[in-house]
Amino acid sequence: MNSEKEKYAITATGLSRRFGDLFAVNNIDLKIPTGSIYGFLGPNGSGKSTTIRMLCGLLIPTSGTVEVLGLQIPKQAEILKNQIGYMTQKFSLYDDLTVKENLSFVGEIYAIPRKQRKLRVNELLEEFELLDRAKQRAGTLSGGQRQRLALAAAILHKPSLLLLDEPTSAVDPQNRRDFWATLFVLAEQGTTILVSTHYMDEAERCHRLAILDEGVIVADNSPKKLGENIDMNVYEVITEKTNEARVALSNISEVFSVTQVGLHLRVLLPKSVPDSLQKVEAVLQSNDLTGRVTAIEPNLEDVFVAVTEKHRQEERQEVIS
Amino acid sequence: MKSLLRLYAIFHKEFTQLMRDRLTFGMIAGIPLIQLVLFGYAINTDVRNLTAALVDQAGTSMSRQMVSDMGASQVVDFQYQLATVEELTTLMDAGKISIGLVIPPDFDRRVLSGDRAAAQILVDGTDPIILGVGRQLASIPVNFDSPRRLQTPAGLEVRNFYNPERRSAVNIVPGLIGVILTMTMALFTAVAIVREKERGNMEFLITTPVKPLELMLGKILPYVAIGFIQVSLILLLGWILFSVPIQGKLSDVYLAALVFIAANLALGLFISTSAKTQFQAMQMTFFFFLPSILLSGFMFPFDGMPKAAQFIAEVLPLTHFNRIIRNIMLRGTELDFLSTDMLALIGFAFVALSIAILRFNKRLD
Ligand SMILES: Nc1ncnc2c1ncn2[C@@H]1O[C@H](COP(=O)(O)OP(=O)(O)OP(=O)(O)O)[C@@H](O)[C@H]1O
Ligand SMILES: [Mg+2]
Repeated sequence: MNSEKEKYAITATGLSRRFGDLFAVNNIDLKIPTGSIYGFLGPNGSGKSTTIRMLCGLLIPTSGTVEVLGLQIPKQAEILKNQIGYMTQKFSLYDDLTVKENLSFVGEIYAIPRKQRKLRVNELLEEFELLDRAKQRAGTLSGGQRQRLALAAAILHKPSLLLLDEPTSAVDPQNRRDFWATLFVLAEQGTTILVSTHYMDEAERCHRLAILDEGVIVADNSPKKLGENIDMNVYEVITEKTNEARVALSNISEVFSVTQVGLHLRVLLPKSVPDSLQKVEAVLQSNDLTGRVTAIEPNLEDVFVAVTEKHRQEERQEVIS
Repeated sequence: MKSLLRLYAIFHKEFTQLMRDRLTFGMIAGIPLIQLVLFGYAINTDVRNLTAALVDQAGTSMSRQMVSDMGASQVVDFQYQLATVEELTTLMDAGKISIGLVIPPDFDRRVLSGDRAAAQILVDGTDPIILGVGRQLASIPVNFDSPRRLQTPAGLEVRNFYNPERRSAVNIVPGLIGVILTMTMALFTAVAIVREKERGNMEFLITTPVKPLELMLGKILPYVAIGFIQVSLILLLGWILFSVPIQGKLSDVYLAALVFIAANLALGLFISTSAKTQFQAMQMTFFFFLPSILLSGFMFPFDGMPKAAQFIAEVLPLTHFNRIIRNIMLRGTELDFLSTDMLALIGFAFVALSIAILRFNKRLD
């Protein structure tokens, strides 16, 4: 039992949260291994923020149980607050305080003794390349600097669990890469990290990933396994008349989805469809389109499209029957 | 110890932000200044030189004496000497005069017998203030045995009657202390907390170990200092501009103000737990501010209000503070912590703060 507790930083069962008629989170189960980077991937409004808020006791679940770091949430949420760092989706530090003042404030709030606090603040300023910005008001920082400040504030008290809600929106790729490098270092030091995102490349870096859609976890595995497990064949279609090809393929009932990526198309067909490659080629031919069709490995975006679309189709069927 | 540090963290942060917030800072000094000048000079409810007409059908020395007494009061200015009541009503209908005095031929006899009204005052009742003046004039004792008249010159008598001391700047200033504190203290704290909700700071704060009490106290402490600055400013300006004295002890003024400030800050906290936006907070403060200013006895005399209004007024901290501060500043009374008014203030502060802390939870829903 004890080892089970240590193995998972977060366990949730049957977790739901309703706002009026809307189930923002609908009966989800979570097991987040200690020391891992766990991703929530989902479109807008899929319930990522709501789930994270329930995990740190800011929202009371409509039903279900939550255990975080061995504590019952929301009942023992106050004890938990010393051990978690939460980076909110919206910048939640003070725009009218300087970078350094913000960090010092956070240090005081966590009641870190003066000497230690000063050391830690300086250490973080340096680590997050904010030393030359120390006296600048947070409100005037660039997106990337602001995000670094927010992360620095979230880890200032060295929490063992980090909850990051879409931490890299408004951050350029280079900054995002640095940001993830920091996360990996933290994870190596034993910090469990839960990060929500709607960027595929970011999701790809997580040790494990839950794909959320309309409040439901539609898939949950390592990114690699997720790709292997989808029930789809993926084809890349390169043709001159991309638009016409897209329309033609979309009209075929067996085709699960068609997405345009740059100048080519990614076409998904369920594995249950026999000879799907030939089928795609046939469709092109019958529309007088010339092109090349090649089978490719599914990427996370394909997984995402596949599982969310499948979930929605199932929902629709349920409604009909 | 940790708790103190967290309290200090909030206080320190709030204070720093406050120092950088020019608008709030401007309001701290601006509101007392504007209100003082407004109430002290502009809204001059002392009525002077109302145009009046006179119909003196008696023409005796006694009637002339009364007319000159009234004129000396400078409240009325008899610009018209008329022969008949009809002429007077014509003028009043035309809006040329606000007040008319009709002295009947048997004036002297009426005064001496005292069984009927000695004279008649006609008043343009459309303006309640003028109506009030008429009432006051009518209540001048027309008691014309000479020794008494000498003792109480009618001119002064009228002023006093019309202007029971609360109307003068001397009385406005202590009242303004309460009004301004009510306006600013509750608003500042309510907005200070709601602002954090609106800007999203609260979501971060409530995931830290900070306790509701620490958060609330840390938030309001800087405003106690601001309250004191405002009180000092009003006292100083009142003294410079209107030579308003403080009869009682200065320390008592500040002590009473402290309790009153606490009551209003607690009210602000309570509002902040109900309001979702700064605008709502503002509306709710004004919802409270209006009855305070109207019913507390600052604008209208408490005793003249209907029972229901008096009942509401007793719930408002400003009513109690007005009584306390007038006693200290104008009557020189010592502050008594066990007086009903002080206990009412302390009770209000305690109840409001308790409700605020109970209502504030570290959650988003
Ligand atoms: N306080 C609330 N009251 C009512 N509805 C809410 C509330 N909070 C969230 N919702 C609804 O719940 C659903 C899930 O919201 P949530 O913020 O969890 O989504 P999200 O996955 O974080 O989306 P995003 O990527 O846009 O941040 C949405 O439809 C949202 O409108
Ligand atoms: Mg969100």
